[in-house]
Order: sequence, then structure tokens, then C-alpha cells
Amino acid sequence: MSMDEYQLNCNSQPSADVTPVIRCRDLVVAYGSLVAVNGLSLKIRRGECFGLLGPNGAGKTTAVEVFEGLLRPRSGSVEILGETWGRSEAGDRRLRQRLGVALQETHFPENLTVFEIIRLFRSFYRGGREINDLISLLGLEEKRNARVGKLSGGQRQRLALSCALVGNPEIIFLDEPTTGLDPQARLVIWQAVEALVRDGRTVVLTTHYMEEAARLCRRVGIIDSGRLIALDSPAGLVRTLGAGEIVELKMEGEFPLESVRRVPGVHRAEKRDRQWILMVNDSAQTLPGILNTLSVQGMRVDSVSTHQATLEDVFVQLTGKGLGDE
Amino acid sequence: MNKDSARRPHPLVELTKARFLEFLRDHSAIFWVFVFPILLTVVLGIAFKNQGPEKIEVGFLGPAAEELVGRIDAQKPAGKQGQLKLTLMNPRQASAALKSGKIDLIVRTEPQAGGTPMITYQYDPARPGAQMARLAVDNLVQRAYGRIDAVHVSEEQAEEKGGRYIDFLIPGLIGLNVMGSCMWGLGYAIVDSRRRKLLKRFAVTPMNRSHFLLSFALSRIIFLVMEVGFLVLFAFLVFSVRIQGDIFTLALVALVGTAAFSGLALLIASRTASTEAASGWMNLVQLPMWLLSGSFFAYSRFPEFLHPWIRFLPLTALNDAARAVMNDGSGISAITWELAVLAFWSLISFSIALKIFKWH
Repeated sequence: MSMDEYQLNCNSQPSADVTPVIRCRDLVVAYGSLVAVNGLSLKIRRGECFGLLGPNGAGKTTAVEVFEGLLRPRSGSVEILGETWGRSEAGDRRLRQRLGVALQETHFPENLTVFEIIRLFRSFYRGGREINDLISLLGLEEKRNARVGKLSGGQRQRLALSCALVGNPEIIFLDEPTTGLDPQARLVIWQAVEALVRDGRTVVLTTHYMEEAARLCRRVGIIDSGRLIALDSPAGLVRTLGAGEIVELKMEGEFPLESVRRVPGVHRAEKRDRQWILMVNDSAQTLPGILNTLSVQGMRVDSVSTHQATLEDVFVQLTGKGLGDE
Repeated sequence: MNKDSARRPHPLVELTKARFLEFLRDHSAIFWVFVFPILLTVVLGIAFKNQGPEKIEVGFLGPAAEELVGRIDAQKPAGKQGQLKLTLMNPRQASAALKSGKIDLIVRTEPQAGGTPMITYQYDPARPGAQMARLAVDNLVQRAYGRIDAVHVSEEQAEEKGGRYIDFLIPGLIGLNVMGSCMWGLGYAIVDSRRRKLLKRFAVTPMNRSHFLLSFALSRIIFLVMEVGFLVLFAFLVFSVRIQGDIFTLALVALVGTAAFSGLALLIASRTASTEAASGWMNLVQLPMWLLSGSFFAYSRFPEFLHPWIRFLPLTALNDAARAVMNDGSGISAITWELAVLAFWSLISFSIALKIFKWH
């Protein structure tokens, strides 16, 4: 997908109401001496799909658990739909009526069926969806009376998503919704999330997959080590690289850095691990120039690859490590 | 899109239903809760079957033995003689038989001047049958050589209802069953829910916390009726074990017992995070009661100073109360101590558990 297509996707979401449904300021969450979230401030608007992107251990799940009311922060403030957690048991329960959550890992009782589990969760909410509608929506009709123990990973995630939606929530929190799933299963989940956003609900998503954040989210907050290090639309974040494409060169010997930098269309060139990473506007136009410069200097290239700049590249640029690293 | 709040399923009903279905579909749970007590009942019931009054076996040796046995046989007095088996033996046979427990008593005879033989009784006074054998045989020996009883006596033999071992065992098994199924069915299940992050998942819904715990209580009561009813019915059909007392009093005892053990199970489950730790605690709590509370044999056999402590254990209280109702036909007034002990354990453990319960 090109950068323009990314932009198109984001803009196709209905224009968001500017009232923040989630507001947090200077959030600090710690477990003993380990600080998991270190001063997070953000506002999430009604109707937007907001993503928290970062590697494992970055603090995304911790932040979201504070939003869900599961954790109390050490300091800082959190407001969900204008309410604060912890004022009263009744107040907390009222707020939970309006939220839907799919945790990172929930193992439902293996012996109960899909229908029985959704019905159980439906009973907790004052107002909600018809169970059979939800089963159709998530493509679980064939597995309606199947026991959880017999479901595939993708089907279990869809079940988790059904339970998150059963109360007709205003805000839906999805923590790593497609981790460990095969491509088809991921696509089904993505399509379901896109439908939710079209419906006007607010979705807060955590993920370490950049294509997931890029595809689904109107805005993405990049998190590393408990801090928010960038916040913008996916397209906006990629633009900060200054170039639309990445060229990776693997080669031995003395790299003529200055000559390559002078090739028109090359924005930035730097070494990372044992590769040379060049940020260019258009690889089709710029690549011949680069290869020419190298051969003139007598250099032999082992391999070349190019790709569209992604959020992963943004993350690497900001932190020096990949999203897959801990 | 917002539909039918009127047709919304009720959370307490759904939670209880879920507990129920989970249990019924768990094959190993069904085995331990229903099949295992029945197996125990059958095996122990057969092994300890009443075989009438105990037989006493006696060995006679020495030169005067044959004449002695002949005189005893000729007497054929009423009473215990029918249980006695008198055998002539040589010394080696006799000591081997006494050592291995085949006979309870050796009677050594030596002829002496004056008509009556010299008799020595050889036995181990610590063995249960030996004292009785010595008394019975001596009675017969004296009569055989001419003793005349001074007082004429008659006997009335009546079989006490509810006095068999199986009658003693069944209330003990009821107690063990209630304890075990509360610990594993409630305690372990909660810890497992916590481990699977199910408790956490419930914690983010508007589910009422007390509905969750109440559903365990309700499902426990339903299971209790099934488990105890099944065991009592089986014992009645196969071993003619009867409830001498009132069935409603028995139900009350079972209920209060369930409350006590559910409370203990909940206490253990309130903060335990791993199923290994839960298993450990539950075994630790149950083991002393398995050994001491008198499920299989009377705890009166233990030294006196232990008795007050033993009587304070919840399983002891439950066993004693169940026995009182089933075997002695007691009413509530006779089991107030036991009911009080169970109520105490129930109140203490529930109140602490609810305060410290961790949802995630």
C-alpha cells in the first residue's frame, strides 16, 4: 500500500467529534520500583480509532488497563467519558456498562459453548445486542454450539471480540487483538474493527504490528519504555522520515557515504547493523543513480531491497530498535 | 441495535448455569464426586461386612488335652461354645499358630495326682480376642470339672440398628465428600478462573461481584443435594443403611457443613494465584481432617488430650452430626455443639475471604 492509500484510509472515517472520551494527564503507573508508564498524556476523541503502537513491555497494556479501571495509577489523572474511576462502586459499575474490553489473553471455560459464553456476558449489561446477531456479525454461526476447547485461535479471538461488543459499548478496548493469528483470521478481525468505527464507536487498540496500526487507526501513539514518543496519523508519522521509501543495501568495504548522499532524491543515509539504510523519495528514480555511484567507485553490492516507508521505520528511526524487540 | 432489555438473561441465573454446565461436562470431576465415594462404600462395605459374632480359636496340647476337650464337648452348655473352635495340637504347631494369629489362646495341660489336670493358659493379653478366649475357655474348663453356677441367668440378644461398620462409615463418607467437593469444586475452580484471567475479564464488566460468589454458593447447594442424596440412596439400596433420624435434620447438617467448607475453600482461593499453590493449601487443610476426624474409624482411639482439638475441626463436627442423625436418630437439640462449630468456621472464613478477595 502506498502512503497516499494510507492517507485515504484514515480520511474515510467519519469526522470525529472533538469531545475527548478518554483524557489522561501525566499518568504514572508503577509496580514497586518498576515504572511501566512514565508520564503519559493524551486525549482520545469520540468516534476515532486510536492505536498505541510499541514493542512488548512498552507499557501499552498497562496504560489501557488504567483506562479500563483495572489498575490505579501512582499519579496523574484519567477521565473516561467524563467519569473518574474509584469514586463509588455504583459509579464504577455504571461506567463499565458503557465500555467493552477484549484483554490480551482470556481463556474462557473450555467446556462451555460459544453461545453460552456470549449469553453469560450479555446478562451483565443492561442494554445490549441480540446474541445471534453478534454471532453472525463475527462469522461464528457454524461454531455457535461448539465448545471453546474446540475453537481455533482466530475463532477464540472472535469470541473475545463478541463478548467485548455484547453490551453495545461506546468505547471498545482491544489489547493485541490479532497476536498469534494467521493472515485470514487477522483480516476478519480487522474488518470487524473497521465496521465498529463506521458505526461511530470509539476503538482503542494496542498492538506491536505496524500494518495493523496503519490500516485501522486514525491516530497512532508510539510508545516505548512507558513514554509517548510520537503521536499523529499514520501518514503524518511516516512523513517525519522525510522520504516515502527505504532502500536497504548490503555490501562490504568502505561505503562512499558522501557521494551517495549527493545523489538527487536521497534524503538520508545511515548505517544500521550491517546494512546501509537510505531514505529516498522514489526508489524507481533514485536507485539507478545510487547503484551507478557505487559501481563508479568500484564497490560491489551484495543485495538491494526497497520498500515503502512504514511505521516500523518511524519507530526504528526514533528508538534505534525494531517493534519486534523487547 | 439496542434491543430487548426485557428478554435479557439474568446474571445470577446465567452465572449459576455456567457453573453447573462446567461441572457436568468435566468428566474427572464427575468421577471424583460421584463415582469415587460409591467405590469406597462398596469396597469398605464388603471388607468390613458383619459376619456375626467373632470366632475364637483355641489350641490344646499336652497329655491331658484330649480328655479335657472331650469333657468340654460333652457339656455343650448354652452360650458362647458355638463360637469356640477347639483344636488338639503339638507344641510346635501351637506356637506357630499363636505367633501367626491363627489361634488366640494355647491351653497346656499336664496330668497331676488328684484327678484334675494342671492347666496353663498361654496368650498375649494385648490381642483383642485373647482375653475373651481365656475367659470363655476357663469358664468351660471349670464347669467341665464340676463347678456349679450359683446363680441361674438368662440372656436377651438384640441387634442394635445402625451399629454396623457400614452405618458408621456412610456419614463419614458424606463428610469427606462435602469437604472434598467444596475444596475442589469451589476453591480450585476460583483459582483456576483467576489464572485464566477470567476473573479479570469479569472485573471489567458491570457484573455484580456478589452475584459471582453467590452463583458458587447456589451451585454448591444443588450439587450437595445430588452428591449426598446419591450416596445415601446407594447405601440404602445396597447395604440397607437407614436414616434413623429425620431427613430434614440431615439436610440441615449437610447444608451447614457445606457452608463451613465453602467458606474455607473461598478463603484459600481468595488470594492464591497459581493452581499449584491452591492444591498445596487444600491438601494441607484437608489432610489432618482425613486422618483425625473419624471418617473411617472412631477418633476416640486417639489420646484423650487430642479430643477437644479434634472436636473443633469442621469435618469432625460434620461427621459427628451426620452420625448422630443417621445412626442415633438425634434431633437438632443433640447436635448443637457440632452445628455451632460449623457455623463458626463458616462465618469466620467468609468474612475474612470477602474482605481480602483479589479479582486480578
